[in-house]
Amino acid sequence: MSKPAPLTKSRYFPAILGLGSFAAFVLVVEFLVYADVLNRFIVPPPSEVLAAFPRVIMQEHVLSRFVLTASEALAASVLVTIFGIAGGVLLYQFNLLRLATETWVAAVAAAPLVLMYPLYLVIFGRNATTIVMMGFTAGLAPIILKTLEGLVGTRRVLINVGKSFNLTRSQQFWKILFPAALPTIFVGMRLGLIFALINIVGVEYLINFGGLGQLINELAERFDLAGTYAAICFVILVSIIVFMLTERLERWLRPAG
Amino acid sequence: MAETGRLTAPAAYAPSWMREHPVTALRIAIIITVLTGWELLARSGWLYRDVVPSLLSIGRALYETLSDPTFYLHLTTTFYEIGLAMVIGGLSGLAVGILIGGSKLMQHAYEPFLYYLGPCPKIIFFPVMIMWFGVGPGSKIAMGAISCFFPVALNVAGGMREIDKVLIRVGRSFRANTWQMVTKIYMPAMRHPIINGMRLGLGVCLIGTLLAETKLSNRGIGFLVIQSYTLFNMPQMYSLLIVLFVIAIGANALIGRLGGLDTIRRT
Repeated sequence: MSKPAPLTKSRYFPAILGLGSFAAFVLVVEFLVYADVLNRFIVPPPSEVLAAFPRVIMQEHVLSRFVLTASEALAASVLVTIFGIAGGVLLYQFNLLRLATETWVAAVAAAPLVLMYPLYLVIFGRNATTIVMMGFTAGLAPIILKTLEGLVGTRRVLINVGKSFNLTRSQQFWKILFPAALPTIFVGMRLGLIFALINIVGVEYLINFGGLGQLINELAERFDLAGTYAAICFVILVSIIVFMLTERLERWLRPAG
Repeated sequence: MAETGRLTAPAAYAPSWMREHPVTALRIAIIITVLTGWELLARSGWLYRDVVPSLLSIGRALYETLSDPTFYLHLTTTFYEIGLAMVIGGLSGLAVGILIGGSKLMQHAYEPFLYYLGPCPKIIFFPVMIMWFGVGPGSKIAMGAISCFFPVALNVAGGMREIDKVLIRVGRSFRANTWQMVTKIYMPAMRHPIINGMRLGLGVCLIGTLLAETKLSNRGIGFLVIQSYTLFNMPQMYSLLIVLFVIAIGANALIGRLGGLDTIRRT
């Protein structure tokens, strides 16, 4: 009978090591809190954080808050997609405009736009519009750049095939350029959605209005430490799930090979 | 290259310099249009007074801001926080990136944590940072350091994997120790990923620090921005935002230039 392969050779070993290290870290923190090395009024025991999850979910209406944040993110994403793709197509169609403004769009993408939130508060008021517009502003530049990149990167041979079929400009765009650029456009949409979501949760926290971001602020102001940590963990989980889902969708859209 | 452009050259009746520099001409035209539109909107009365202040009042506020000595005290506080955050976040990101990028096991075990935590909104950690480091500059530095850590670590880890294996073998054949490997082989070979990571890190570090200042602080540019919102001093808010964007974009370009990113040949 052959000897079983050691655990370290298993393909699951890295994942086990990673998750095991995380579990060990949590246990060490738990021990240090109970040993009074860590102040429990600064770092609550992880077991208390875990126990706070059901309370936070039930009493703080996490589901409705999640729906509110998700709907804000959806609204921002729809706006970002419409205006971002339109902007990218516009820059592609007018080469001079592209040469004049592409670096500006790239500079805007690198600028700390979220710092404009006090300005948006003045313009739109302390409401969901400010949050959605902040998400929209943050997500717009990446999708414009990625749409442009996708359209410019369309293979010459595909465009020539379209020309040989005497396609009109509209047909050329919808049948050749847009489908060829779609995977890159989707990368931009994913980036835009992530930027929008980060800014939406951030602004919700900063202006104490809306869904999940506000929940963290409220719990922190009540000095409900375990609840604050649980809410932060919940937001991280939501971010990770959204990130993974969009990543899968992007892989699915990407052409094989 | 795909076929582009109907708007490829200015009309024949345009001045000669416009025909020679159409991009510059268009840029100037866009700037003039935006500024004129802004001024008309400011004077139209369609929006609440001062939501869109006149260019003159923004210019005056910018001059007053830049000539006010207290502004530079706030600026120094923000620079100090960002600088320290970059050092802490950048160095820890560099160390973690080298560790993770240098071993397949470490990469598969720990990189997913970095990869998935990286895009999370970091500002949600601010209540925890306040509890850990207090309401002073410590919590802002911590926010900046956390924000900066992830892009640096991910870029360095990626850069480690891209190092030419020959260089590593050369280092080992010379029996270089770990420190020598890091300083003589890894770091020089990873110059561009490190600079790129620092560039990205600086952007998010700036955001993290300034947002924390807007939330809870009595010093720094973030505090000035939120104070101008509280006092409804819109021209000052616009002037501060202009200064911030100039600093952010300038610092980004400077790091890229110092790191020689603009000299990379793209094939």
